[in-house]
Amino acid sequence: MEAAVPQPSVVKKRQKLHPKEFLMWAFLVSVFMIFAGFTSGYIVRRADGNWLEFVLPTGFLWSTIVVLLSSISMQWAVNMARKDNLDKVKIGVVLTILLGIGFIFAQFNAYNQLVNMGLFLVGNPSSSFLYIITGMHALHIVSAIIVLFVIFANVFQYKVHSKSMLGIRLASIFWHFLGALWVYLYVFFLIMN
Amino acid sequence: MSQNHEHHHDHHQESFISKYIFSMDHKMIAKQYLITGMIMAVVAALISLLFRLQLGWPDQTFPWLESLLGDWGKGGRLDPNFYLALVTMHGTLMVFFVLTAGLSGTFSNLLIPFQIGARDMASPFMNMLSYWLFFLSSVIMLVSLFVESGPAAAGWTIYPPLSALPQAVPGSGLGMTLWLVSMTLFIASSLMGSLNYITTILNMRTVGMKMTRLPLTIWAFLTTSILGVLSFPVLLAAAVLLIFDRSFGTSFYLSDIFIAGEALNRQGGSPILFQHLFWFLGHPEVYIVLMPALGITSEVVATNARKPIFGYRAMIGSLLGISFLSFIVWGHHMFVTGMNPFLGNVFMILTLVIAVPSAVKTFNYLATLWKGNLKFTPAMLFAIGLVSLFISGGLTGIWLGNAALDINLHDTYFVVAHFHLVMGSASMFGMLAGVYHWYPKMFGKMMNAKLGYLHFWLTFAAVYLVFFPMHFMGLDGVPRRYYNFTGFEYMSEWMDLNRFISVSAILGSAAQLIFIWNFFYSIRKGKDAPVNPWNSNTLEWTTPVERIHGNWPGEIPHVHRWPYDYSRPGAPEDFIPQTVKDDELPEELRSPKVKPVPERADAPAETVVDKVLFSRFLNLFGLKKA
Repeated sequence: MEAAVPQPSVVKKRQKLHPKEFLMWAFLVSVFMIFAGFTSGYIVRRADGNWLEFVLPTGFLWSTIVVLLSSISMQWAVNMARKDNLDKVKIGVVLTILLGIGFIFAQFNAYNQLVNMGLFLVGNPSSSFLYIITGMHALHIVSAIIVLFVIFANVFQYKVHSKSMLGIRLASIFWHFLGALWVYLYVFFLIMN
Repeated sequence: MSQNHEHHHDHHQESFISKYIFSMDHKMIAKQYLITGMIMAVVAALISLLFRLQLGWPDQTFPWLESLLGDWGKGGRLDPNFYLALVTMHGTLMVFFVLTAGLSGTFSNLLIPFQIGARDMASPFMNMLSYWLFFLSSVIMLVSLFVESGPAAAGWTIYPPLSALPQAVPGSGLGMTLWLVSMTLFIASSLMGSLNYITTILNMRTVGMKMTRLPLTIWAFLTTSILGVLSFPVLLAAAVLLIFDRSFGTSFYLSDIFIAGEALNRQGGSPILFQHLFWFLGHPEVYIVLMPALGITSEVVATNARKPIFGYRAMIGSLLGISFLSFIVWGHHMFVTGMNPFLGNVFMILTLVIAVPSAVKTFNYLATLWKGNLKFTPAMLFAIGLVSLFISGGLTGIWLGNAALDINLHDTYFVVAHFHLVMGSASMFGMLAGVYHWYPKMFGKMMNAKLGYLHFWLTFAAVYLVFFPMHFMGLDGVPRRYYNFTGFEYMSEWMDLNRFISVSAILGSAAQLIFIWNFFYSIRKGKDAPVNPWNSNTLEWTTPVERIHGNWPGEIPHVHRWPYDYSRPGAPEDFIPQTVKDDELPEELRSPKVKPVPERADAPAETVVDKVLFSRFLNLFGLKKA
């Protein structure tokens, strides 16, 4: 679709990083800023007092484990694509998708624990913040799962292989970032509660 | 190979839709942004006339208002609720839709690929998406003018609780919801644009286009985009929390609150939290609005003064300095929120530090103009006008940055005067300078210069006549956002001045009709533009007037020098375009500008190196010629 006609000699010389990969990193910066905004709002609001303290449910530990596992399977899929082992790429991507869905369920389970503790979305901001920050993160995971479905379809059309790594590499950068973001959020909530 | 490919491109027939509507060509997208921005500017200006009418003639009835506004103008008088909504919409449209998207969107899209030597943006598709999201958000924002309860009325800063409680004022209902929807789309559009601009600038420069050879316009667009990428997501975060407060009953921004004598089921929220989040965007936003205009001014001033821009590196340094500082000064909007005085001091000092890079820029403009061979094109006049407004509006920033003074001046007309001069009018002047300067590049025609002069002088006079008197009202404590002042004895002396301001505003707005006529008339009937009408050095003037897809018919030109080689002694003409090779020039005119380390047998190696490094250090701040 690109209308730009790159000039071979010109473009190759300066591009150490593919522009799309750079674009992805810049995008991740802006995603991170959303959560930086949320968490600094959290800190400011917490310092104001009238803040309900509670113990973070164990469910979130499970989701942390699941998201870390999914990063491993994602990286495995990328490595297999680099070796042109397409069958294993399919397995790796499917595994990652399943773990991603598992992560959503793990979050849901943690929400259930919160509800059983009597902490709802509506109420003291301490629990509202938790729901909304984790919810926004889950929304990003859902979008990353959609991206992985596209990658999965592309594997079948032989669009993912050692000479065409851009798509799967970008997807893996996004996925690892969301995993790291979750670890940041988890540690943040652990320290704060 | 690329030649063949290009050849194919030239004769490629595009359908109307792919050429004019869902275009992925950066030049067309720039025009789309410009036209949309102009429409929004006209709407915002008409809105301001409506409330200026109310402020100038509070006791008079205008029967035509009722036929225009219906219930909002019952009996020919503006409804107070609608007055608040109009003020809100004027601010929102001007700040976001005209001066953010209209200015940045137009000129970043037009100039980035042109001036760095690229065929198009890094992702033309994302660029198109960015425009259409902006278009959609504009439509939604305009639609909110027509809903029954009126558009959002909490001010452009949408502070809760007015924005968080749908039942607060009429505008807090559907109007506010549409505002949030529209701004969410706007943020997405702005992020896509900014990400694209940064990627394009850093990755797609042509051979020889080092970062230190970029025109200052591009540097300004780069820093602007970085600010956008870092600050708009925070506004999104704030908006998400606000949406949950409005629609799902959470209490992020709402503490125990009574409305119409009834206690609401809210607990533990803090409206100040919203202000922190909002101004973390809001202050960088000021520079998102201003910096592209400053970049355009640098380019226009240097070209039309026929002189190298003074202190090129200092200009870049000050852009970076302003960008960095803009993130750590948001608290100066909140001096009166009961913030810790120590924190207030920190914010005050940081705020006043911004005067340094701003002064660097101002003095560099003046030094560039000094003894230049000035060509007073309309663009040049608007650029000089920007410098004037930047000074007169910037000086009051030093007052307002002082916490002790701000406690007195906060929310008075002094603040209105300050930001309208330094951010509103200055940026608008930068935008107009850009339109006059790059019009030949956009449309292949020249605008009528005489009408341009007329437009400039009327606008320049009107801006000062409207906003300068407001300082005195503000010093007297006249508060902003008030519907009328007839009920306050001590403000009655300002009634005549208010009327004077309203008349000036009407005349100033009428002057814009000259520009609009000139703009559209010249598209069809203007004189054909030559390839390089202003004898400028930058790459965009090496492209054909016909504006082909891919920008250059053959190879992209290579760059051999910085863009400001004007009036170099010994050169055949008073400008040396960036594409001119060194071996085509006499010895003394060649790049690089930094001389190699001189070899001196008698001096120890370190001293020579130190000397050179020191001179380069000075050079970095424009203090010493290399």
